[in-house]
Amino acid sequence: MEKINIFTSTSVPLMNNNIDTDQLIPKQFLKNILKTGFGKNLLYDWRYLKPNVPNPDFVLNKPERAGAQILVTGDNFGCGSSREHAVWALKDYGFRVIIAGSYSDIFYMNSTKNGVLAIKLPQAQRDFLAQLPADQPITINLPEQKVIAAGHEFDFDIDERIKHKLVNGLDDIAITMKEMDKIEAYEAKMPNFN
Amino acid sequence: MAKTMIDKIWDSHVIDGEEGTPQLLYVDLHLLHEVTSPQAFEGLRENHRPVRRPDRTFATMDHNVPTVDIFNIKDMISKKQIDTLGKNCKEFGVRLAGMGHKDQGIIHAIGPQLGLTQPGMIIVCGDSHTATHGSFGSIAFGIGTSEVEHVLATQTIWQLKPKTMGIRVHGKLPNGVFAKDVIMSLIAREGVSFGTGYGVEFYGDTIRDMSMEERMTLCNMAIEGGAKMGCVQSDQKTFDYVRGRKYAPKNMDKAIEHWKQFNTDDESAFDKIIDLDATQLAPFVSWGTNPGMAIRIDDTTPEIRDANDKKAYDYVGLKPGTSLKDVDIKWAFFGSCTNGRLSDLKIAANILKGHHIADGLTAWVVPASRTIKETAEKMGIDKIFKDAGCEWREPGCSACLGMNPDHVPAGVHCASTSNRNFEGRQGVGSRTHLASPAMVAAAAIHGHFIDIREEAI
Repeated sequence: MEKINIFTSTSVPLMNNNIDTDQLIPKQFLKNILKTGFGKNLLYDWRYLKPNVPNPDFVLNKPERAGAQILVTGDNFGCGSSREHAVWALKDYGFRVIIAGSYSDIFYMNSTKNGVLAIKLPQAQRDFLAQLPADQPITINLPEQKVIAAGHEFDFDIDERIKHKLVNGLDDIAITMKEMDKIEAYEAKMPNFN
Repeated sequence: MAKTMIDKIWDSHVIDGEEGTPQLLYVDLHLLHEVTSPQAFEGLRENHRPVRRPDRTFATMDHNVPTVDIFNIKDMISKKQIDTLGKNCKEFGVRLAGMGHKDQGIIHAIGPQLGLTQPGMIIVCGDSHTATHGSFGSIAFGIGTSEVEHVLATQTIWQLKPKTMGIRVHGKLPNGVFAKDVIMSLIAREGVSFGTGYGVEFYGDTIRDMSMEERMTLCNMAIEGGAKMGCVQSDQKTFDYVRGRKYAPKNMDKAIEHWKQFNTDDESAFDKIIDLDATQLAPFVSWGTNPGMAIRIDDTTPEIRDANDKKAYDYVGLKPGTSLKDVDIKWAFFGSCTNGRLSDLKIAANILKGHHIADGLTAWVVPASRTIKETAEKMGIDKIFKDAGCEWREPGCSACLGMNPDHVPAGVHCASTSNRNFEGRQGVGSRTHLASPAMVAAAAIHGHFIDIREEAI
């Protein structure tokens, strides 16, 4: 997994609430057995007027927002379906950091497993970030848990284990495999009804 | 200190980690389907890892399967996902109810049906409606594909324990009001994220009186209120339901004794309690683009409060102050893991019996599993639907999410027994109105919603 430590990029504001995973990656694009290639269809229904015709009014299609890797958004981001494809689409598009008011639990866990940092900030701070000019970079200092932009600093909370994983780019399964003796001990004590 | 059922099941499954930080939990049952598992198996293959407990893993195809002519899949990418699951299950030794198998169906229908779903368990699946299985007095939640791979490799999962919310539902449900209306009214009142960060337990005399099927509907949609899981404590009904099923415990007495220890001590154990008076409920129908955008059938659509409401009205082509009885319904969908069970089909058939669906209306009936389909056919329920002008189809997720060829056309208003009315959910531009099977049946006959308390019942 790719590490994320101190990260600086421009941003895209998309301040709708309740952006669900069906919007992030519509179901017709889930028919893939790989984890890549989903970025071109991220937010498909909002991004395209019809196939291959981008909607010029949609923020992701604004030339000045090209290459931005931080998404600033509303509350309850990633609600609905559990599809991890939503995170794969955001990452494949280029987003490494999301700043929302809150997340669905499943989406939040999915993001941590793909090296995408999901930060929670209150509305007023997100409103400030959302109105920054398109060329204004935002710096995320994950070890210090700070979002820094235009002379302002905002603190955010994150679970220590998740932070440790993201900062070091660690794979969950490899971590768990080290606990195999505990898993076996648990299994040995499980009740049997057969 | 008093503990909830969720606390007790959770604590009995912790292998490592302290409360307040992510903990490593043992997974008793891992359910798989073809959409969220291919990348997980690929990860195992790349790292030369086996499936740790194939005996605690069960798979089926449901999202992509066609509901007519199931052995002739025209969408080549769907076929590839379906074939890939078959190949992966064979290679890794995972039990599979494959295409056309008598046990095949929507994964959340067949878990209970096969007796795989049992009280006291931790159950996961790469699908948000895994919450359904909580109705058996278990902890059940949806996970992402990386987590699917993690469970396949280790039979465990890292999770942060949620807070607990008790939802007390009391009083007798009025005629024409069902479990679907209970959960839709809750989400409409409390919002689509009221349960975020919580595991929800439903309790109270209304819940006690509900059948297992009704409890499944309730827990199924807990995820639509943002909850990590929805559950109902197990009782005699639960034990009777599990007993004798294909994968039920052989020593039921010993199992029941074990399951009973997980009951919630008392209400003081919940971090938060919400109260719902069931006697005041009415049939609910959704008008907008999330399940919280729903109203009583005797109300009119609300004022525009924000940009989200405006966007929803634009999408569904309605205005504030509209009665849902005045919206032209051209499509009806009976099915899904929410309301595609035998009892749901029976309720709908009872209303449709002796009637015909409205002119120009298309109605699909998609049983949630092959067993449900075959049982319904033995009972003659299929004939009632067919005589009424409905299409009787093969089991699957179908037009609940339209990953297979089953789509509701753009601009068409569909009365649906499913769980999500998101933009494009049932097909690009489709307009979904969620409701109970009885309300959908009545809407199919009239070509618009009616208040079944006054007319149909």
